[in-house]
Amino acid sequence: MTTRVGVVTFPGSLDDRDAQRAVRLAGAEPVALWHRDKDLHQVDAVVLPGGFSYGDYLRCGAISRFSPVMDTIIEQAKLGMPVLGICNGFQVLCESHLLPGALTRNDSLHFICRDQKLRIENASTAWTGDYTQGQEIVVPLKNGEGRFVADEHVLDALEAEGRIVARYLDVNPNGSYRDIAGISNAAGNVVGLMPHPEHAIEPLTGPTTEGLGFFTSVLKQLVSA
Amino acid sequence: MARVVVDVMLKPEILDPQGQAVQRALPRLGFDGIADVRQGKRFELELEGPVDDAALARIREAAETFLANTVIEDFTVRVEESQ
Repeated sequence: MTTRVGVVTFPGSLDDRDAQRAVRLAGAEPVALWHRDKDLHQVDAVVLPGGFSYGDYLRCGAISRFSPVMDTIIEQAKLGMPVLGICNGFQVLCESHLLPGALTRNDSLHFICRDQKLRIENASTAWTGDYTQGQEIVVPLKNGEGRFVADEHVLDALEAEGRIVARYLDVNPNGSYRDIAGISNAAGNVVGLMPHPEHAIEPLTGPTTEGLGFFTSVLKQLVSA
Repeated sequence: MARVVVDVMLKPEILDPQGQAVQRALPRLGFDGIADVRQGKRFELELEGPVDDAALARIREAAETFLANTVIEDFTVRVEESQ
């Protein structure tokens, strides 16, 4: 049976189609999920895509977090369903308290759009199993509020528990504490990532194809589960 | 109608690059002597009913769960007297 990976569309989501395409290229069946529908339509995993859901009103991800689909996703994520939040999706996961910390305005105040080098720090989450520990990849990054902040205790705990999934290399584009580009929950099924692996899956449109690993990783994880 | 004001500010330890940008712009415009600027949000909530303890408790709950992200922000709730 084909693995079904849901991609949520909120009003203002931008990268839902790219995420669906990444899911398809990885070999799974993408399933479009609508923010007002509580039903996850038997998906095995969920991607929360990038964009500007609800126009970033109030705070990025703050309103999406209370959408009907998120009630079910939060419930299922706590039961172990893999969830990947990219960019705005990462913000939604922090606002949902599925991940600690928060994403705030870039320290430069500029919207940053560049090809970004990352180091995969934890290759054992549901979304990074196809990478090797310490592997360096380049994927696009585009955000205005991508600066990961958390208090020192939380940062120390994330480091100690191996929950920093990816770090910025060469340049810290937004002032994120400890160069954090992505983190996971304690179980490793929920991952939030500020850069965009779904834009680095084909040579025609991406700087590399090194982003595809996030989507192939979850397939293997689900097949072996 | 009764008005309740919720002020939301970034916690002191969280860098506020917007406030810093405002502060840097002030001297250029001739406004000197301002040592620091922090930028926040103000919500004005018009209540349908009276501002009693129950209503204020609900507003505090709304502020805590929704209007502010208490990971990075503090909030205050106060009743604005009608003129």
